[in-house]
Amino acid sequence: MTVATPRDLEPQLQEPLQPAGWLRYFSFSLDHKVIGLQYLVCGFFFYLVGGLLAGAIRTELATPLSDFMPRDTYNEVLTLHGTVMIFLWIVPVVNGAFGNYLIPFYVGARDMAFPRLNAVAFWMIPPAGLLLISSYFLAGAAAQSGWTAYPPLSLTTPAAGQIVWILSVLLLGGSSIFGAVNFIATVLKLRRPGLKLMQLPMYCWAMLGTSLLVVLSTPVLAGVLILLSFDIIAHTGFFNPALGGNVVVYQHLFWFYSHPAVYIMVLPAFGLVSEILPVHSRKPLFGYTTMVYSIMAIVFLGLIVWAHHMFTSGTPPWMRLFFTIATSFIAVPTGIKFFNWLATLWGGKIALNSAMLFSCGFILNFVFGGITGITLAQVPFDIHVHDTYYVVGHFHYIVYGGTVFVIFASLYHWYPKFTGHLLNEDLGRLHFVLTFIGFNLCFLPQHWLGLNGMPRRVAEYDPTFSTLNQVSSVGALIMAISTLPLLINVVVTALYGTPAGDNPWNALTPEWLTTSPPPVENWSGEAPLVTEPYGYGQHQPAGPSSHPLTPAA
Amino acid sequence: MQIRTAVTTALAATALIATGMLVGTQVNLLPVDASSNAAAYDSLFKVLFSIGTMLFAGILIVLVYSLVRFRRRAGDGADGPPTEGNLPLEIVWTAIPAVVVLFIGIYSYDIYERMGGMAPLDHDAMHHQASAMIEASVQPAASQAIGEDQTSGERVWGGIRPIDGDVLPVDVTAMQFAFIFHYPEGEITSGELHVPLGRPVELRMKALDVIHAFWVPQFRLKQDVIPGQPTVLTFTPTRAGTYPVICAELCGPYHGGMRTSVVVHEPDDYLAWVQANSPAITNT
Repeated sequence: MTVATPRDLEPQLQEPLQPAGWLRYFSFSLDHKVIGLQYLVCGFFFYLVGGLLAGAIRTELATPLSDFMPRDTYNEVLTLHGTVMIFLWIVPVVNGAFGNYLIPFYVGARDMAFPRLNAVAFWMIPPAGLLLISSYFLAGAAAQSGWTAYPPLSLTTPAAGQIVWILSVLLLGGSSIFGAVNFIATVLKLRRPGLKLMQLPMYCWAMLGTSLLVVLSTPVLAGVLILLSFDIIAHTGFFNPALGGNVVVYQHLFWFYSHPAVYIMVLPAFGLVSEILPVHSRKPLFGYTTMVYSIMAIVFLGLIVWAHHMFTSGTPPWMRLFFTIATSFIAVPTGIKFFNWLATLWGGKIALNSAMLFSCGFILNFVFGGITGITLAQVPFDIHVHDTYYVVGHFHYIVYGGTVFVIFASLYHWYPKFTGHLLNEDLGRLHFVLTFIGFNLCFLPQHWLGLNGMPRRVAEYDPTFSTLNQVSSVGALIMAISTLPLLINVVVTALYGTPAGDNPWNALTPEWLTTSPPPVENWSGEAPLVTEPYGYGQHQPAGPSSHPLTPAA
Repeated sequence: MQIRTAVTTALAATALIATGMLVGTQVNLLPVDASSNAAAYDSLFKVLFSIGTMLFAGILIVLVYSLVRFRRRAGDGADGPPTEGNLPLEIVWTAIPAVVVLFIGIYSYDIYERMGGMAPLDHDAMHHQASAMIEASVQPAASQAIGEDQTSGERVWGGIRPIDGDVLPVDVTAMQFAFIFHYPEGEITSGELHVPLGRPVELRMKALDVIHAFWVPQFRLKQDVIPGQPTVLTFTPTRAGTYPVICAELCGPYHGGMRTSVVVHEPDDYLAWVQANSPAITNT
């Protein structure tokens, strides 16, 4: 087998299309590293947009009355907040940004399998995002039916905004599928000769599993949204009960994608943490083989648990029972991963830097969210708390406390690779402390609110819930403030940052075995063959000198 | 050394289990319980809360201990030990969670069955039996109404089916942004739900426009009310008082305002309410 590179395949494409300097980040670049950073910066822009929307929600909820914005605007804001955060921030960043940047290094390739498709996949995102945001200004009203867009509500709210929402999500889903096809092809077909599947860094396995979920489930979302758009535009009756349609069928098809979507957001984060922990605790990743199998078990189980979002819907008893059991069992492979991470830390030489602080924050937050997830999987438990703030608290512990914490950990870990400069550690620790406190203050009280009678997606609530809602809003404010140290850090580092050298962490994974930032085709010579990406402690005495920066020729 | 480790581990595990059970049983996070389901729910909650506390506290302690005990000392450039895995350990931490979730699954199935959740939803022997008992016990007008409902043969799509016995049927209609309660027994229509203490209530729910959800936190029960797909919810009130009825499914701009009350009366008070609100009085 020979290594196919973009240069072999498309020799004419490389130089003429590449503008120099920072301009290439605004071009149709085919370089996987440029595309990865395009995803990252674009995603972070939409994170700020989604954060402003979250701030509007928490401001409205600081008082029991609906007094900050009109009620239909509130529903637009909560719909946009969910859609932006999921489809424009978390999914593109944990998959597109880090996937595109790291996967070619990890398999020993010079680029992704389909560089042009890769660029197309990225460039679908900014127009889709701007389309979604602009619907509020241009179409008269943005979508108001939540990110779930359940009919018949989505058929009766202003049609233009809902159609724009569908179009935007279809574009983002298409981008996600293109990306997934590329990841599968790259991991399976572009591996350097001699590199076996079971020698790949864990993030490759996470991306392989995630991409399988994307190609299996995202088309179902596309299909159901197209049917929904027919109901809105052409007045068909797929989901319109007045025309004999069935609204519960929509929920099944929607959650057939949208539950796996949780794993599409979480599995890559599991992969990234598996890269960060061994480096900063100077120990091999514990239980590599069981980690691989548990990813694949999560992929399989993730596809057969969707109806646990519908326990209070039109679901017969046998279905409630089946989905309770299937969902509960996801705790087993997920638990294995957490025990293995703890065992990786155990006995190591842990450097508690910003990357590690955010990784450990992730472990705590995700374990908490996982435990509340097991409670939600139980039908009799869920019948009380479904569609309440308990669920809001739970899933923010998973997607924010879990995945977003990992995004920040990854930023501190790979920033020297991206730029050649280390982010400032003091600002990084401040960023962590503010984020961790703000996050827990914001979302922990919401569990109690849900248990005691506060439903989700409301602009007004019982005045007895005022105090905890104010605590939650203060937490949200601290989270907003916590973004400042990060932004300052990036600016200060760009201006006065200390050069990091090529491998500041003495890491063994392949992306560190080249210059920082890496050259256009990743390595000046041949790609190194890294068969032990976690081989810490095997070549004692260890130290900077024991990790060669350049591969043996 | 091995013995010391084993003893320490055993002591830590015991302390963890004791703490979990103490927290789970002593810390109350729930509102008052006002239905028979709520009692069953609360016992499930205590078990889950105990197990959750043990798991979370255990992982928190191991994590914090590792970060302190195994922190990198200044000037130490060496790697940690090259431990790549441990098969017996992997088996242990696969088996223990599997057993725990299996136990939780079986226990919550038992709770759900006690709530009546596993009874078939469609017209079954139990339902006929319940209807027959109602027919025998109430005035002719009411039994006629129930008879009509039964002959329509409408499929019930979701919810919790009644236990047998003297069931109070209430037709619930949900619309933007209100619940309407209709009592076939006395042809009463009300914006509030009034029920007697101790008698099972069967809510037969339909929606006129979009999906709503009927939720009473003190009953620990919720069921979507779905246009085109009738659902049902059965419960027995066990504590007199007034509790909120909350719409829990996003249903439009005034979703947050779609609330009313359920009043659980002492049986005598309930009869007085029925008398005061029967159509003969309200229609004149």
